[in-house]
Amino acid sequence: MRQFVERHTFWAIVIFLIAAAFLWMIFAVWPDWLEDAIGRKKTFVNTFLNGITLGGLYFLVASGFTLVFGLMRNVNLAHGSMYLLGAYIGYEVAEASGSWFLGLAVAFLAIAASGILLQVLIFRRMEGDDLRQTLVTIGISIIAADLMLAVWTGTTYQFAPPEWLFGAATLPVISTLKSSGDAVFIKYPVYRLAVLAVAVAVGIALWLFLNRTRIGMMIRAGVNDRDMLAASGVNVQLVFALVFAIGAGLAGFAGVIGGTALSIAPGEDIRYLLASLIVVIVGGLGSVTGAAIGALLIGLAEQFGLAYFPTYGVVLTFLIMVVTLAVRPQGIMGGR
Amino acid sequence: MDTRRLFSGEFSFKDIHPAKLALAVFLIAYPTFATDFFTYQIGAYSLILGTIALSLVMLAGYGGMVSLAQLTVAGFAGYMMAIFGHNSVEVMGLGWPWWICAPFAIFTAAVFSAFIGAISVRTEGIYTIMITLAIAVAFFYFVRQNYVLFNGFTGYAGVEPPTFLGVYWRDPIPFYYLTLAIAAAFYGAIVYASRAPFGLSLQAIRDNPRRMRALGYDVTLHRITAYFFSGIIAGTAGVLMVWFNGRVSPGSVGVDVAIDILVIAVVGGLRHPIGPFLGAIAFVLLENFAIDLIDRERFNTVIGLAFLLVVLFSPDGLLGIWNRLRERVRFSRNAQRSAERMARDDRQSAGSLE
Repeated sequence: MRQFVERHTFWAIVIFLIAAAFLWMIFAVWPDWLEDAIGRKKTFVNTFLNGITLGGLYFLVASGFTLVFGLMRNVNLAHGSMYLLGAYIGYEVAEASGSWFLGLAVAFLAIAASGILLQVLIFRRMEGDDLRQTLVTIGISIIAADLMLAVWTGTTYQFAPPEWLFGAATLPVISTLKSSGDAVFIKYPVYRLAVLAVAVAVGIALWLFLNRTRIGMMIRAGVNDRDMLAASGVNVQLVFALVFAIGAGLAGFAGVIGGTALSIAPGEDIRYLLASLIVVIVGGLGSVTGAAIGALLIGLAEQFGLAYFPTYGVVLTFLIMVVTLAVRPQGIMGGR
Repeated sequence: MDTRRLFSGEFSFKDIHPAKLALAVFLIAYPTFATDFFTYQIGAYSLILGTIALSLVMLAGYGGMVSLAQLTVAGFAGYMMAIFGHNSVEVMGLGWPWWICAPFAIFTAAVFSAFIGAISVRTEGIYTIMITLAIAVAFFYFVRQNYVLFNGFTGYAGVEPPTFLGVYWRDPIPFYYLTLAIAAAFYGAIVYASRAPFGLSLQAIRDNPRRMRALGYDVTLHRITAYFFSGIIAGTAGVLMVWFNGRVSPGSVGVDVAIDILVIAVVGGLRHPIGPFLGAIAFVLLENFAIDLIDRERFNTVIGLAFLLVVLFSPDGLLGIWNRLRERVRFSRNAQRSAERMARDDRQSAGSLE
């Protein structure tokens, strides 16, 4: 952090000013001219919160994607399918058992197991041939999408979170002042705030796992130099399988979380695949911190685009990608 | 066939492999014995899909850049035709005559393709596939939600080929010959370009970009130019595609279709420009006749499985299978011949001893 400020003082100041402006816009009562310029404060704050929570969801999906790439140089284009499959499995289990948390756990484990199967049965056979691996994942995603359509049809599913996550919370943010002088506070769904909390928790857990444990050390060593790690006596294949399990499991986990926040339908796999792709292109492939920054940027861009210029919303996301590639082709946190 | 000899006058018909001649005669005579369905829905459609996949083979096979956005470029040309030409939807449709509109659409598609290239060539290898996929998906979502220019979810209908020289070009037989002529022209152009200086330096860049940069070649410019030329091919195919379907909508630039193009190119084989046409014929035949064997709904599973099998067991596609079969036949024939010779030599040597 300090190094960044010292090196890029100008950009640090710009980022600081933008953050300060955002904070002021969230907590201050808006003057009339601002309401005239960009509409009601409630819309703005809700869009902002939606953007951040969506960013949290994107982080859950993309962190697995970027983790797998970082170690194995394997771009898993079936990651979106894993998200959707996790959501369906979680839904079935939650419906059958009545417990949402059981659904979450089973989705994580089932998708993690499918990830291990993929790694052991297919990717191990074509190590180092990353184009072929990518083509295989495309083939798998075509088949998976079609089979899921066959089993769960084109219906949209929605499942309910536990009771205590239902409803809305009143935030200590004033939306407007009534003519009587009373303050109107902004309300926001508890579940969405929980999504954000889970994303932050998973992010911190991943960071601790990668930076403070022995296995995490092996994984980081593998990212830097796979052959050297193998030469120093570590069973690299076991580390690969473990990382693939965690990466895939996170996709399934995110499937349940996202399926509850939004909904489950065919086509969601492509949506989350696009989100993960852009998040890791912007954030830098292989970097978990980059995935967090990218997810936040893309989530905010998507929601603000949707709210303020609906027919050109995608262009904003796309522009972020193009600008990143033009200025820093390896992504914000990507190293060479 | 050596193109240099073709133009220096030393060329004679004996140099053409008889199989190629037979194929050309078959393709030209095809509509005389095929029904309209086979001419139009199978023949012309395979040729169009093959031409789009050909543009991918040019990039991937010779340039080493696997782009998933070729269909997006083709779809872009189709949208340009609908926006600047005639359509039956009450949106846009500026009514330009086809002889301005079609070249304009192809040119803008090529520029669009060069733009995609400029974005994606700054990174290498596996990043290309990710960035082009992201562009393809973003374009799909964009045309679906934009109603002002692209008419959103419904897209455009009623985009028809012109009546020119007294022929209505949407009739099966003229349309078949139109697609055949264009596909053959691009095929020839790629075979020629692969031996021209540009094609050779592109292949050298694919094999070792660092060395080419050290030799003083502008690697980035070469790659972007390759994207521009592939955009011309894909854009032309896109114009044919919109004439073929009569309509263009977000569904025609969807991710599944973009992946179909990749499937066609990979199944056919990326090594030689005939590959994508082989792949396209296999794909179209499967698409039309797989319904008889399985449920229509499960078509994508069949395509996905076929693709997976090819990638897993024959990475160079149908062409690779063909080459290996030929090698094996030749090998066994050679073995047989040498065995015969051995037997003969034995007899002779045995005779001389007597």
